[in-house]
Amino acid sequence: MNHHVQQIDKQVTIGDVEHYFKDGMTLMAGGFGGVGNPPGLIKAILDLNIKDITLICNDAGFPHIGVGQLVTDEKISVLYASHIGSNPNAGSQMTDGTLTVNFFPQGTLAEKIRAGGVGLGGVLVDVGEGNPIVEKGKKKIEINNKVYFAEAALTADVSIVYAKKADSFGNLVFDTSARNTNPLVAMAGDITIAEVDEIVPYGELVPEEIITPGAFVDFIVQSKGVDWKWAWEKT
Amino acid sequence: MGMGKDIRHKIAARAAKEIKPGMIVNLGIGIPTLVADYTEDLPVMFHAENGILGTGPSPSEGKENPHLCNAGGFPVTTIPGGSYFDSATAFAIVRRGLLDLTIMGALEVSEKGDLANWIVPGKRVPGMGGALELAQKARKVMILMNHVSKDGRPKIVKECSLPLTAAHCVNQIITDMAVISVEKEGLVLDEVFEPYTVEKVKECTGAPFVRINTGLKEGERL
Repeated sequence: MNHHVQQIDKQVTIGDVEHYFKDGMTLMAGGFGGVGNPPGLIKAILDLNIKDITLICNDAGFPHIGVGQLVTDEKISVLYASHIGSNPNAGSQMTDGTLTVNFFPQGTLAEKIRAGGVGLGGVLVDVGEGNPIVEKGKKKIEINNKVYFAEAALTADVSIVYAKKADSFGNLVFDTSARNTNPLVAMAGDITIAEVDEIVPYGELVPEEIITPGAFVDFIVQSKGVDWKWAWEKT
Repeated sequence: MGMGKDIRHKIAARAAKEIKPGMIVNLGIGIPTLVADYTEDLPVMFHAENGILGTGPSPSEGKENPHLCNAGGFPVTTIPGGSYFDSATAFAIVRRGLLDLTIMGALEVSEKGDLANWIVPGKRVPGMGGALELAQKARKVMILMNHVSKDGRPKIVKECSLPLTAAHCVNQIITDMAVISVEKEGLVLDEVFEPYTVEKVKECTGAPFVRINTGLKEGERL
């Protein structure tokens, strides 16, 4: 038996993967309130002037932070999110009718993404019972003598995530609460690109600390860190 | 919110008295965030929807980790025994009923415990965030808010006029005027704060009290 295992190397430059970003694509982004949004990949999408994007993300970020920049720059035509309160541009575009927003309860949205990521058709949820906006158009299913909403799984053409560390196989480790939706989003992309602070050689990550196995990750790119000021930072 | 800083802190301090050792608690944005300042010595695990159990005090200036934030996007710390996990797990804690207490703000609360706190049609449509899960699944739902709206109308009403976040979910309301329990039969007035009277609280409440706590002292200090 040959014990010399050939190493898989998924590290590329952003230029190598930019052809995956296309007008009209469905894009899923990890992150929560901008924290854990991948800054370099978002900047690339802005620079490439990709338009008419369907974005699936926990929220609309802040106007100048994370995915919020894609909204501010009017790159998004459809948004799946749990709230947009921190980005007034999303609200005004929704009012204008230039942005369609599909709201879901935060935990339900996370599970829809997770369901897509783990190969399920959807999930059964009772959250939102009696809430007319959640109930609207939802199929109900009775199982174990209880009624649930059928929530369809979500997947994306491209998923972009942000991690603290990766090895060259794309095993991912996240930083504190910047983990948030990233492990879920990483599983749900047809193509998943991880932007990473520190890329380490094969075997350098302790298997037990790995949160996302590299099987879900197609490419890793080196991050240059965030290029925005956080809402709490003094200007 | 048109409420003095002092009052906000007093409401938060009163709310903190409801927190018992060992509880798992979620704090919403606004006044609820202040509650953590009044639970210093209690062994409590604060839960954040993004994926933290065991958040601690805000870091001092310059010590922030931009990646370590609460669900509102502001830097926090973690306490010993704290943990990080993905947002689906954060909501697993909520949906499985493991949250002992959730403290949030409200636009309106009905005498049946119906909660409206996520939408003002035609004006403010920010999305529900995690409010539905929290309101529907936490073991106890506590609301901190002004007793009346900016234009002086009662926020505690017979029927909510705004779209509901969740029905029959609120257990307790703490305002600048009073502490109120929502029981099956209706509202119970438990405490009245200085300088208000029972009569004044009744006048500013849009639904009747089915009971006024016999131990209640008017003008009880906050």
